[in-house]
Amino acid sequence: MSGPEDTGQGGAGEEDGNLPARLGEERLAEPVVRTGMFGVQDSPDTSGYGLLRVYRAPVLDSPRPYGSYFDDVADALGTALEAAGIGFSDAIERVAADRGELTFYVRRERLPEVAAKLRDDPALRFELCGGVSGVHYPDDTGRELRAVYHLLSITHNRRVRLEVTAPDADPHIPSLVGVYPACNWHERETWDFFGIIFDGHPALTRIEMPDDWKGHPQRKDYPLGGIPVEYRGAKIPAPDQRRHYS
Amino acid sequence: MTSSSTPHAAAGGSDADAAEGRVYTVSGEDWDEIVATALESEDFESGERIVINMGPQHPSTHGVLRLILTLEGETVAEVRPSIGYLHTGIEKNMEFRTWTQGVTFCTRADYLMPLFNEIAYCLGVERLLGIEDKVPERAQIIRVLMLEINRISSHLGGIAPMGLELGATTIYTQGARLRERVLDLLELVTGLRMNHAFMRPGGVAQDLPPGALEAIRAFLDSAPKLVRDLHSLIDANPIFIGRNKGVAYLDLATCMALGVTGPILRSTGLPWDLRKSQPYCGYESYEFDVPVNDMCDAYGRYLIRMQEIDQSMRIMRQCVDRLAARGSAGPDSDPVMIRDAKIGWPARLSLGPDGLGPSPEHIAHIMGQSMEALIHHFKLITEGFRVPAGQVYAAVESPRGELGAHVVSDGGTRPYRVHLRDPSFNHLQSVAAMCEGGQVADLIPAIASLDPVMGGVDR
Repeated sequence: MSGPEDTGQGGAGEEDGNLPARLGEERLAEPVVRTGMFGVQDSPDTSGYGLLRVYRAPVLDSPRPYGSYFDDVADALGTALEAAGIGFSDAIERVAADRGELTFYVRRERLPEVAAKLRDDPALRFELCGGVSGVHYPDDTGRELRAVYHLLSITHNRRVRLEVTAPDADPHIPSLVGVYPACNWHERETWDFFGIIFDGHPALTRIEMPDDWKGHPQRKDYPLGGIPVEYRGAKIPAPDQRRHYS
Repeated sequence: MTSSSTPHAAAGGSDADAAEGRVYTVSGEDWDEIVATALESEDFESGERIVINMGPQHPSTHGVLRLILTLEGETVAEVRPSIGYLHTGIEKNMEFRTWTQGVTFCTRADYLMPLFNEIAYCLGVERLLGIEDKVPERAQIIRVLMLEINRISSHLGGIAPMGLELGATTIYTQGARLRERVLDLLELVTGLRMNHAFMRPGGVAQDLPPGALEAIRAFLDSAPKLVRDLHSLIDANPIFIGRNKGVAYLDLATCMALGVTGPILRSTGLPWDLRKSQPYCGYESYEFDVPVNDMCDAYGRYLIRMQEIDQSMRIMRQCVDRLAARGSAGPDSDPVMIRDAKIGWPARLSLGPDGLGPSPEHIAHIMGQSMEALIHHFKLITEGFRVPAGQVYAAVESPRGELGAHVVSDGGTRPYRVHLRDPSFNHLQSVAAMCEGGQVADLIPAIASLDPVMGGVDR
């Protein structure tokens, strides 16, 4: 989102007092992710909530200044990337400063360079990588798979998060094992659970699931599984088959 | 014992194609036979490497850890840890429960430090909700108190088996005896020795029961002697020192590269402790030291864990004093759960003749007095609360190192994704760096000094 000043995070600011946050135009442009309230599919919803529409949260693209130490980190990263002949926006798609945490959305082809700069630049020095966490958004076409890296700088006592996206059709992300050897097992786990292929990983094999397992269990299209349980004559369906609030 | 020179084990079928050379199938109590056969074979003469499978059912591998060792005589040429035998899909299951129910699942990840799993997850949910500074102070003090009790039990659960695995049964029994006392405290407060589900988003499940402060004080009076006993049993023991000093060397640069934190990092001389550097739950207001040494070995890690037990007791004393000073003003003026009716669990637990359950006053209120309260109770308990969309990473200093919870919400009543960055998972990667080139016997103290818990590794 590159809109004007209203980021859709609720333009309702100080002056609106206790009014609930009003949805911005761009928020209403986001796709509807849920309708109704009770997740009812098999029978008519007579609750009156059937018309409720929930829009997907807007894509976060924080404007400057980000606040806290975030501007320093972004500036230092920009300078380090410029020195290597890479434009900041070439490598970083957008920046999100949310709930006191900084996220760089890195273009996947630039990930190893960005990580190397974050690790080595004296003004950045993110020495520790807390590993990779995958997330799967099946509805976000073209950006279904996410790999999220949590970096920690002991020198400056700062944290930063990198998020990289890959489409389901081409689930490749460059490996960070060369920069952060700690990512080795974490990338294997993310491959195992989400099917993200980390190019350049020394031995990308399954780690939690058996070697001959089919599928990647943490993906949203992979069922949780389970069997109905009978209790005092009533059948309780498996957890992923139960009714739930949407 | 059976042996065959076919390229695969008898029952292995095509899966064992990779195995080359003679395969010995060990069935127990047949070591003499194996040695005799191996001595006769020409493999032994030609000095070939032997591949040994250790675990997953091995008493000294801390649960179901499997190590694939390549040995040259007594020297470890290669070690490859294989994990996944305790994978239970905790993270996936959490995506199908409400935010509050999630606590019940993540507490089972690393079962030696259940409260730390809970607090990392709860801090993540609280940051997503934006209620970090609205959690009542009493809840924060109880959290710190419980976390430090759990830290002691976890460290004892690391140190005592360390002795057992070297053959020192007394170290184990002494450590386990003290640990039982600690678990008694956890049981007194939460009702359970493990898998407590005590921390909740917005506070804690219930206040300390009557008599808890006295019991903790009594523990703090008697425990230091038991810790001293453990010290005098282990510290100068020549076998313990011989097996642990200079073993499993891991220096600062390797720790950085491999993302190793906690007592292992502090045994390289870096006093990095998230309780000091990025405080949570009010840790900045407690006085305690961060034990550190520069031994870089298994013995150094043992010393740090022992010193951390002392520091934990120091923090516990401060918590008890603060709680005693607050008195028992009751849940209305000094609550342990956030005062936000849309988030805070409505029912207070109380102990009845048939066990722990919702308090009779609350039941009387919703069933007899207020229809709105009944609706509210029903909605909050069946539907739960909604958490604004976004993602956070909340990290705490667990007994084993940095435990992080990456919590993602899509704005619904259930977590969209929760990932626990477990320190044991990360630390097991360093086994190869610590053990390759060393003696096979050093493998045991090396693993023990990492203190891995497979529940957390596999989740």
